[in-house]
Amino acid sequence: MALLEVKDLKVRVEEREILHGLTLTVNEGEVHAIMGPNGSGKSTLSHVIAGKPGYEVTDGQILFKGEDLLEMDPNERAAKGVFLAFQYPVEIPGVATMTFLRTALNAQRKARGESEYSTPDFLRKVREVSKSLNIPQDMLKRGVNVGFSGGEKKRNEVLQMALFEPSLCILDEMDSGLDIDALRIAADGVNALRSPKRAMVVITHYQRLLNYIVPDVVHVMSKGRVVKSGGKELALELEASGYAQFEDAA
Amino acid sequence: MNVAVAKTGNGRAVSDLFASAEGRLPGSPSVIAVRREAFETYERLGLPHRRIEEWKYTDLRALVGEVLPLAAAPDAAALKRAAEAVKAHAIAGARKLVLVDGVFAADLSDVKALASEAGFKTSRETLEKDAGLLKTASTDAVIALNAALATDGVVLSIADGVQLSAPIQIIHIATASSASAFSRSQVAIGKGVRATIIESFVAAGAEAYQVNDAVIVSVGDNADVAHIRLLDDAPDAVNVTSQFVTVGANTKLNFFNMTTGAAVSRLQGFITLAGEGSELSVNGVNLLQKTEHGDTTLVVDHAVPNCVSREVFRAVIDDRAHSVFQGRIIVRPDAQKTDGKMMTRALLLSDEAEADNKPELEIFADDVSCGHGATAGALDDSLLFYLKARGLPEKQAQALLIQAFVGEAIEQIADDGLREHVIGIAERWLERRQ
Repeated sequence: MALLEVKDLKVRVEEREILHGLTLTVNEGEVHAIMGPNGSGKSTLSHVIAGKPGYEVTDGQILFKGEDLLEMDPNERAAKGVFLAFQYPVEIPGVATMTFLRTALNAQRKARGESEYSTPDFLRKVREVSKSLNIPQDMLKRGVNVGFSGGEKKRNEVLQMALFEPSLCILDEMDSGLDIDALRIAADGVNALRSPKRAMVVITHYQRLLNYIVPDVVHVMSKGRVVKSGGKELALELEASGYAQFEDAA
Repeated sequence: MNVAVAKTGNGRAVSDLFASAEGRLPGSPSVIAVRREAFETYERLGLPHRRIEEWKYTDLRALVGEVLPLAAAPDAAALKRAAEAVKAHAIAGARKLVLVDGVFAADLSDVKALASEAGFKTSRETLEKDAGLLKTASTDAVIALNAALATDGVVLSIADGVQLSAPIQIIHIATASSASAFSRSQVAIGKGVRATIIESFVAAGAEAYQVNDAVIVSVGDNADVAHIRLLDDAPDAVNVTSQFVTVGANTKLNFFNMTTGAAVSRLQGFITLAGEGSELSVNGVNLLQKTEHGDTTLVVDHAVPNCVSREVFRAVIDDRAHSVFQGRIIVRPDAQKTDGKMMTRALLLSDEAEADNKPELEIFADDVSCGHGATAGALDDSLLFYLKARGLPEKQAQALLIQAFVGEAIEQIADDGLREHVIGIAERWLERRQ
């Protein structure tokens, strides 16, 4: 079943059109990679799906589980199961990571009409997941992402993904700023969350990440459109030949 | 001098205020004479206004207009309402001293429990014989008015070496609408004392009332004192409080104020570091909404060498509210090796919110480290989006960021239970805006 349907999406930022009619369908259980050169609109797509302000959708639609996502506030999208792993997770001094995690999880559950997590259940779950991601307990007591290394910030994103159990995960340039070991830990965390009910959209500039998170489908974006789609071998092809061929095609 | 301004807006002569109150004021003829002189000072000056530099941002003539008549002594019904308010606002484990409309209420207070650790008298008793309590180092119109009309208060003395086993909480409760309460208290803390003093200002059904409070605090050498003031008056009330604090040597004084109520409030603190080697920490949080006006004005006077002072203020300002912070640090010629810093930050939640920050350094010594900083700004959109993308609705995301913003000041409260109590008041304020 189609989880995410982006249809002929046109998006402007400050009078400049960034997406010129983008179409993309992601089914449950699939992992899609979106690759493309800088400025092709990859991050814009992820921001528009998550509901970041500052983007004007001039045409097209985004359906999530058949519902119009563009009509929803970002928090409603999160409660419905959309999760954006940020390229640059922000630091929030004064908000303890643990408080943030519990507040966010309970806000999502409340929006869905579910009961709030009990404290012991919550703590057990956080401990279990953070251990598997190599996140020390004292990190959870600190302010959200405050003083975290690049790798720790990304692991904190994966931790949230594991806790919130979204049905769609969008990973925006997860590999940026990570060394190979940090990347492996984060990717292992993501792979552990692959499931037949969950889809992932992996946005990346480099093929390297896709050695760790192996996609079912690869899309190439250029100049605000998907210009080619294929299997995982497409990523390797790109690695060999570069993006130049597609810049002309678009 | 302009005597004409001494007439109030409704044509009532200001002098009626004193004449009608006189019968209720404690004091021998000589004490009454001191009061009358103070009242004449007030009559001459009138309410402070914007052309007086210290009151530039808090023009009481424009904001308040007139001083309301003295509240009647609380009757049985008022005391009953006050008793309910005490239950709601008492801090667990603290020993309570309750003032109802500026009058000490023995039945609501824990005088007996206190007796083993602190000397206690009412200001009324003290003032019957001695006018000393009415004299302060600095004065202005509101302080003079307080000296003239102070009905009651608490006079506490904590002897040298005493370690208080429980905090003392002075609770000011307003039960009378459209009336004024004038209180004046004294807290004398001896050498080597460990104490926590809390002051709370709340309403029990009263509306549109005015509070004019004065507190004279002295802290001896080698003491460790936490002084917490929580202003949660009715939304249409006025509260003007003046504090005079003298700190001895090698002492730690940690003061914290939080304002979450009153249409107009001003806390003016005059703190003198009079003994070497002391550490003063002054922290404050203003949470203001609608058209509330909250002013914190502090003068920290480093009179001797080798003291440290730290001031951390946070203001959260919504709607058309207005927060004022004026901080002056004076370093006297002899006060070498002074380390004095203040930092104030304002968070503006609406386009019409206003923050005025006026830091002043008056440094007469040459080997000191002093500084100040002030910022004002809105909530960070990128942080808000991150929280919303994780499922928090707008107001809840704002609330979390506001709590973090004021957290740095609240964290200065060392006692866990007390800190939680203060966080609770801040949370209720945040809930009111949702």
